[in-house]
This record gives sequence, structure tokens and C-alpha cells, in this order.
Amino acid sequence: MNTWFLAWRNLLRNRRRSLTTLLAMVIGLVAILIFGGYRSNILYGTQTGFVQQTGHLQIQRKGYFLDGGDNPTAYGIAGYEGLLARLRQDPQLAPMLVIATPTLQLGGIAGNFSGGVSRSVMATGLIPEDRNRMLEWNDYGVISYAQPLPLVGAPGDAVLVGMGVARKLKLCALLESADCVPVGQPAAGEGAGVPDDVAALSALEGSARATSAENRIEMLAATARGAPNVASLNVIKASNMGIKALDDVYMAMHLAQAQRLIYGTATPQVTAILIQLRHTEQIPAARQRLAELLAESGQEGLEVLDFDTLNPTYRQTNEFMDSMFGFIALLIGVIVLFTIGNTMSTAVVERTAEIGTLRAMGLRRSGIRRLFLCEALQLGLIGAAIGVLTALAVAYAINHSGWSWTPPGYAYAYLILVRVGEDLPLLAGSVTGIIAVTLLSAWWPARRAARWVIVDALRHA
Amino acid sequence: MHPVSLCNVGKVYRLGAVEVPALSDITLDIRRGVFTVISGPSGSGKTTLLNLIGCIDTPDQGEIRVAGRAVQSMPDDELSDFRARHIGFIFQSFNLIPVLSAYENIEYPLHLAKVGAAERRRRVQALLEAVGLESRRNNLPAQLSGGQRQRVAIARALATAPGLVLADEPTANLDSQTGAEIIALMRRMQREQDVSFVFSSHDPQVHAEADDVIFIRDGRIVGVELKREVAREVVREGALEVQGERS
Ligand SMILES: Nc1ncnc2c1ncn2[C@@H]1O[C@H](COP(=O)(O)OP(=O)(O)OP(=O)(O)O)[C@@H](O)[C@H]1O
Ligand SMILES: [Mg+2]
Repeated sequence: MNTWFLAWRNLLRNRRRSLTTLLAMVIGLVAILIFGGYRSNILYGTQTGFVQQTGHLQIQRKGYFLDGGDNPTAYGIAGYEGLLARLRQDPQLAPMLVIATPTLQLGGIAGNFSGGVSRSVMATGLIPEDRNRMLEWNDYGVISYAQPLPLVGAPGDAVLVGMGVARKLKLCALLESADCVPVGQPAAGEGAGVPDDVAALSALEGSARATSAENRIEMLAATARGAPNVASLNVIKASNMGIKALDDVYMAMHLAQAQRLIYGTATPQVTAILIQLRHTEQIPAARQRLAELLAESGQEGLEVLDFDTLNPTYRQTNEFMDSMFGFIALLIGVIVLFTIGNTMSTAVVERTAEIGTLRAMGLRRSGIRRLFLCEALQLGLIGAAIGVLTALAVAYAINHSGWSWTPPGYAYAYLILVRVGEDLPLLAGSVTGIIAVTLLSAWWPARRAARWVIVDALRHA
Repeated sequence: MHPVSLCNVGKVYRLGAVEVPALSDITLDIRRGVFTVISGPSGSGKTTLLNLIGCIDTPDQGEIRVAGRAVQSMPDDELSDFRARHIGFIFQSFNLIPVLSAYENIEYPLHLAKVGAAERRRRVQALLEAVGLESRRNNLPAQLSGGQRQRVAIARALATAPGLVLADEPTANLDSQTGAEIIALMRRMQREQDVSFVFSSHDPQVHAEADDVIFIRDGRIVGVELKREVAREVVREGALEVQGERS
């Protein structure tokens, strides 16, 4: 019959009060966990998306990320193949590596000149097999919206574009939109036919393929030597890129094609090496090893950027969600604090004579304190247990409800999901938090009870 | 060594600017192994005196020794432990722990005194039998009559075999017959367990049961009655000093 036992009996004595207090805790905890799970889903979801697209780390020439933009020639990494081989063979780095793959970013103008339309695009030269491998990364088991690139096995001139690009270039066969006016029936006021100068360039590049095919476009870019260069490309697919701003400029092509466009017959370079690790937590270790490897390789002027830096939205979303979560948690914490504080204060007042009796019988002040803290702790533990189970049930219901929403700036809807059971730090943190709040709220009543003057307390009998 | 000795003890309650002298200049020794009644009208200071003896209140003047220890100078924790080992309390309103059964109420002080499980069982069992509540062992206080509750309280007060048991008007909430039974029980237990019992009452009837009677009025000892053979012994020893005697 220790303190724990006596505390438990006292909780049972006031079943109704204990239950209402529990209810407040459970509701609070469920609210925190569900919002936390929602936040967690968004954060892990966006992280997964970014890691799939940009890798965890990128090796770039210094300044490229901030100033390089679409000027690949000034920021190219020469001898990247040697560097890649070094990374892949490094006994320290290799076990952490999912993939290390080169990429060449370039800007240019894509034109469906037969339709008299053109627009500037941001093209990425990539190795599709590697990229598809990257898209499989899903360390947190989130719902992945990634679609494999259909460039694998496609001819060298095959490219992918965003829906926005396809629309602007009037590649109606790739769109399911009824209001697309196909090439050959130009809208009023628009000229037809390839301009002579562009046609000439195209001929210079030696493209013998017919430009009459509906999905054929020309890509005009500046070479490393500053001369214009044109490639005739075959758009094999237009995809929704999710974010409209990206959708309107996106183009992906084989790395070799991109390099031919920029470097011609000169030694090809790339603008970045994408490194995807098995786990995000490996970033610091991988970074450190990369720095050593870069120093050993004799490559100068290169830097390593992590996905957090490469994708400022990730950090912004993170911070926004953190502040929201913090605010909600604080609010609920305060409510729970006062609810339990009130319950414990009432209990202390009601049991004044009992406290006097226990003290007279020789229970120390600390024993009285422990008794009430014990009651609060038991409430906290039960509340936490019920709260977690309820939150898991609510999370299950939400995750199976099929609710969805379209985030601002996104081109398609996301399922509303909450990651409660999968987010152990969230669970552990919330449970610890609610128990800490419980103990804190019982602290003052318990202290007050322990400080009663015994004879005064006994007079309440 | 006397279980309790008080020397020039005084206690004053302050209500704002007004000072209420509850006890003045009390000097007395309680004898070992006797049944002492503190008798006096309402407001005479009986409760105040018992609280001081029970080490749950502190005097404004004088010195109190319980079981030979100067209790005033003890820090609170030490004093708590001291009470747990040496003093048993019986209250007017029984003051049982409402969430604990009769058995558990009797067992509680043994926990405080850190007595082992087997010994606890043995002692609680014996006490339950001694107070005649064997069949009510699992009842909560709310499921017991007033007399039964006070029996549990008596057993609880005796659980740790303290040298001193204090009872402040233990029969005031009971009808006279039950009260008499309780007094008889206390008397029997006091003899069997050989403890010093001090209990307050303004009921002249119970004086008959007492070995020693201390009469107080307005916070002063106004008379002492020592009975039976123990009286001679004490008088010879000069152990019981009485001051302010007006007989
Ligand atoms: N907490 C207090 N504050 C102020 N005065 C008090 C307090 N407790 C007791 N007194 C006063 O001290 C005196 C003695 O009170 P005490 O309770 O010891 O009397 P008592 O003999 O036990 O009376 P009763 O038989 O009615 O229980 C009384 O005059 C009472 O008014
Ligand atoms: Mg009294």
C-alpha cells in the first residue's frame, strides 16, 4: 500500500472528476497529435519529394546555386566522370550512397516553329535510369507522387516537358485539352512556318528529321563558346509538374543531348552531381567525406549543398509548420495545465483533514507532495495512453477517408494524411509533454498540501 | 524516563491584535503505562495540549520532551518519522483514510514505519481480532458504523506499538453506550499493549476508567488525581509535578 496505490484509490474515489480531467487531456493530446501528424506528413512528404528530385547533396561549382542560373558554361564541372568514379568507389561514402548522378542544367528557347510559337524553358540533362532510381527513395513511407521518367530506352532526342510548356508550344496531341489549337491551324494573327534563320541553324546542326511531326520541336541554346545552337527534339510526354511555375518551363532530356547542345564536340561538362543517400541523417557524415574527397581529387572551386539549401521552400514550410505546431501545442498545454491544476487543487482542499491525519501519523511533507504528484502522474499516464490510442484511431480514419486538397500554387490535389503512428518523435514528445504539464500543474497544489499546518488541517474534519 | 514531560509550556493564539492564551505555564509528567485523562470544559485547552504532546503543534514557551527527546528542536522530517514510530493518534471524527479498507487503514502506519510485509500481516490480523472487526476487514470506512470506525482507529493507533497513544475526545461522536465500549476497549488495549494512553474528555463518567486525571481550565492545570497503587509510586518519586494547583 504505497503512495502509488493510495493515489490510485483516490483517483477511483472521484471517478467523475478523474474522467472529465482525462477527457480534457485526451482531447488536447489528440489535437496535438493529429495536427502534429499532419505537419509531419507534409514535412516528410516534401522532404521525400525534394530528395527524389534533387538528391540529398549536390556538388556544384561555387556560386552556381546563387548566380549560375541558366549559364551552365560558366559553372561547368570538367572531369566530372573521374570525380563520380571516385565517389562511387570510396569505401566510406559508397555504403551511404543510393546514387550519384551528373546533371546539366541549361536554359534555352523551345519552339514549335511550324506552329509559330516558342517559349523559354529550363532544361535538365539527366541520366533517366539514375533519376528513376532516385524517385524510388521513400525512407519515410509517405505517399509518393513521383512518376518514373519515360526517357529510359527512348531515343537520344526524346524530351519531356511540363504541361504548361506543351500548351504554349501547342503540342495538342500530348494534351487532353479541347481548347488546344493544333499546329497547322494557327490562331489568327500568328505567323506560320519556321523563320529562315532558325531553319538555317537547324540545318547546320545536321538534323535531317522532319519537323512536320506533331511533337517535334526545336531547342535553341547558347553553346559554351557563345554561339547559338539548335537541336531538333521529339517531345514524348507532357506531365503535370505539380507547381505551375515549374510546369511552364520544365524540360528534361538525355544528358548526352544536353551536352551536345552546350558543348558540341568539346569535352562535355555538367553543372551538378546529385547525391542521394540512403537516409537523410547521413548528410553530415556524407558531407564531411565529400569535402575530403573533393580536396583529394584536386578539383577546385566546388562546393557541396544540401537539399535544405537547394530547396528554400522546404525550410520555409518547416518553419511555418513548426510555429503553427508550437502555437497549438502551447495553447493546449495551457488548457491542460489549468484543467489538471484545478482538479488537483479541488482534491487538495477536499482532503485537507486527510492530509492533516496523514501528517500526524508521520507522513513527511515530501510524502504528501508525492501523493498528489503521483495522482497527477497516473492521470497523465492514463490520459497519454488513451490520447495516443484515440489519436491513432482518428489518424486511421482520416487516412482512409480520401480527403484531399490542392496546396496553393500546386497543380493537383494531395490526399490529406496524418502521420501519427509513424512519427515516434512526435508521439514521444507529445506524451512526455503532456505528462510534464500534468506534473507541473499538480506541483503547486501538491506543494500547498504539503505545507498545511497539521493542526489547522485537522480542524477541517 | 516519562513518555511525556512538559515544563512551563505556554501557547498563545493570535487573532489579529487579540491574544488568546490557550495554555499557560503547564508543567507535568505523564507516567509510563498508565491511562491518563485530561479533563476540562470546552475551550479549556485540551486539544491544544494534546496537539503539543503529539508533536503536531509547537509551544510558544517552555519545553516538551516525548520519549526522552526534546521534540521542539527536531526538523520537520525527523519529527514526522518520530511521530510515525512513537505516537499513535485517535481522533474525534475517526479520520480514517476513506479510500482504504479497515485492514488497509490499520496497515498504513506500518508502511510509514517501514515494517516488512509478513510482520505487517501478522500485526494487522492480531489487531483486527483484538478490536473485534475480523469480519469487517475489507469494509471501507463509509461501510462501517461510528463505533466500528473508532475501533479501526484504535487498532491503527496501536499498529506500530507506539509508546504513547493520544486520543482527543474519541467518544464525542458516539452514543454513550458505544462510547463506553470504546473507552473499555481502549482501556483493555492500553493494559494489553502496555502503552501510555492520554485522552481528553469533558465527560466525568470516563474519569472512573482513568489511572490519572489532569484537570485543566482556561489553559491551566487546576488539579491532578492519581489513582490506585501507581499513584503512590509516582508521588513517592515526585514524578508528577503539578503547578497552579487549586484543587
Ligand atoms: N486556531 C485557533 N485560533 C485561535 N484560537 C484558538 C484556536 N484553537 C483554539 N483556540 C482557542 O484556544 C482555547 C483552547 O482551545 P482548545 O481547542 O484547546 O479547547 P478544548 O479544550 O479542546 O475545547 P473543546 O472541548 O471544545 O474541544 C480556546 O479558547 C479556543 O478558542
Ligand atoms: Mg478539543
